Amino acid sequence: MNLRDFLIPPTFGIAPPGLVLPPPELKAKLEEKEKSREGVSTGMAHLVKPGEVDLSHGVILYLDDISVSFDGFKALNSLSLAIDAGELRCIIGPNGAGKTTMMDVITGKTRPDSGSAFFGQTMNLRRMSEAEIAHAGIGRKFQKPTIFENHTVFENLELAMKTDKRVRRALLAELDDATRDRITETLRLIRLDAEADRPAGLLSHGQKQWLEIGMLLMQEPKLLLLDEPVAGMTDEETERTAELFKSLVGKHSLVVVEHDMAFIKLLGGKVTVLHEGSVIAEGGLETVQNDPRVIEVYLGR
Amino acid sequence: MRTPFIVRLYRALGPKGALALAVFALLTLVLVPVLHLAVPPDNPLHVSTYVITLAGKIMCYAIVAVAMDLIWGYAGILSLGHGVFFALGGYAFGMYLMRQIGRDGSYQSDLPDFMVFLDWKELPWYWTGSDSFLWVVILVLTVPALLAFLFGFFAFRSRIKGVYFSIITQAMTFAAMLFFFRNETGFGGNNGFTDFKRILGYSITSPEMRVTLFALSALMLMLTLALGRYLVTSRFGRVLASIRDAESRVMFLGYNPLWYKLAIWTLSALLCAVAGALYVPQVGIINPGEMSPANSIEIAIWVAVGGRATLIGAVIGAVIVNLAKSFFTVAFPEYWLFFLGFLFIAVTLWLPDGVVGLWRRLRREKK
Repeated sequence: MNLRDFLIPPTFGIAPPGLVLPPPELKAKLEEKEKSREGVSTGMAHLVKPGEVDLSHGVILYLDDISVSFDGFKALNSLSLAIDAGELRCIIGPNGAGKTTMMDVITGKTRPDSGSAFFGQTMNLRRMSEAEIAHAGIGRKFQKPTIFENHTVFENLELAMKTDKRVRRALLAELDDATRDRITETLRLIRLDAEADRPAGLLSHGQKQWLEIGMLLMQEPKLLLLDEPVAGMTDEETERTAELFKSLVGKHSLVVVEHDMAFIKLLGGKVTVLHEGSVIAEGGLETVQNDPRVIEVYLGR
Repeated sequence: MRTPFIVRLYRALGPKGALALAVFALLTLVLVPVLHLAVPPDNPLHVSTYVITLAGKIMCYAIVAVAMDLIWGYAGILSLGHGVFFALGGYAFGMYLMRQIGRDGSYQSDLPDFMVFLDWKELPWYWTGSDSFLWVVILVLTVPALLAFLFGFFAFRSRIKGVYFSIITQAMTFAAMLFFFRNETGFGGNNGFTDFKRILGYSITSPEMRVTLFALSALMLMLTLALGRYLVTSRFGRVLASIRDAESRVMFLGYNPLWYKLAIWTLSALLCAVAGALYVPQVGIINPGEMSPANSIEIAIWVAVGGRATLIGAVIGAVIVNLAKSFFTVAFPEYWLFFLGFLFIAVTLWLPDGVVGLWRRLRREKK
């Protein structure tokens, strides 16, 4: 039993603000669903394990008809998108097209007004908190690198590591050799092994970007959301980043938001173009670049 | 295989820290008691009652300062209401002290004097068991912590941060002060509790009792420092500092900041409550003034003066400001608040990392 259940026993029947209790008939259904998460048959042809993303249909992320508006401005306008498991998808679009808002919706930072968002077949992202979503296996890199500047590079990776992240574990946690090895391995991958004990705030901009990518990898996410990962990187660093991302394809699914067309070309995945909160084109980079609507959007009327 | 906790505690303190604690323990638990009890008053080595009481009081303040530093310096949450937890701990233990007066009060009644004065015939229900030392210790350890837990739960869950959180804590302590000012609240109104006589049957003014309280305060301060040091060097402490520096990143790494904040917040309140319970028998009075907003702000000033995010800085800050206060309130009582205000401005402008920060900077420049 976690502390939250302890604090709000179901028998009290008083829902704290923000928590809506389902009506009885729906509750029975939900309880049934809860049982099915134990690992028994769902009536579908496969078993579903709790806390694990169900990739039985080969799709890791579904966004369907998502709309978000801020004070009347429609940031997302019935956006629909599906990402396959193991895919590398690039998302482009002019400023204000809704790219960052889309990532906010997926990671639980922004709640959509309507539509549905599923991680795999079973996890409803609209019902999960930021921490739960992260725990389920969605990692996010922000536009501006957000790392812990007062901690060393090593500690940054340690904190990101996939592990039990509850308070009581953190109080007694110790580093074992296996974890140390994993961190060292990641340090080598992001080429920061020489900087391991320096405070992260002293790194160059490109190195900070790499550290954040390393932190994502420590989380062992199924799906990585990368918001402008090569902004501020030199050409050489950009190329190395592209290589790294391509090596992750298959094991992970990646969604990359970028403005840098050269980088997108290097990645070579499918491209989705957003404009005013909806998808206007999808396909290979060549196809998309020749699409008359995309040209219109980018070059203006 | 797990490393034993005591080994990890020692590692967290480091050899220097452990040595400093040992020296402090020797000083406060052996040397000062002997110099007070065994050395006659006319001997120049005698430690006077005044010094014992002042030092005991300041050590209680130092515990509060460390508790404040844990929440402000390390988790980035500025509380301007920590006085309320200190005062509640003091009031809880004060109830016991009032009951220990017995029939020796001015009205020779079983009830505390202020209740007789209000013409009350029996103790209110919440005074039940207050004559039991054990029960009162339980109250000290639970009531302020519970208040902090509930307050923190709702505040942190609603993601109230920064200056808004500070203002709400300030309002909380102010509301508590007004509540305790009422006679009907049953805690002595604006006079609070005073005229204490005994603890566990022993006279509260006896040299032995004074030394015991002094030593207990020292022990509690050492425990607070050791525990604090362990916490801030653990992964828990690193997560806290990360919440302070980039909370959204922490969330997207899969940590729930609510429980981290709540854990340190509640612990901080608990430490303040214990300090309050040790403070009241040493100064001999507790009244709602302890809950005044200015008192809570002063706690933040101690930490700012000493240096945020260094535990020893909090202790140094509490000692410096309170020694200055003892001096000023005797020499120029009317200027104390001006001095305090000046100190706060001076520290903010010129010493953002406090005294410890200054010392570190000087040492770096020397090298």
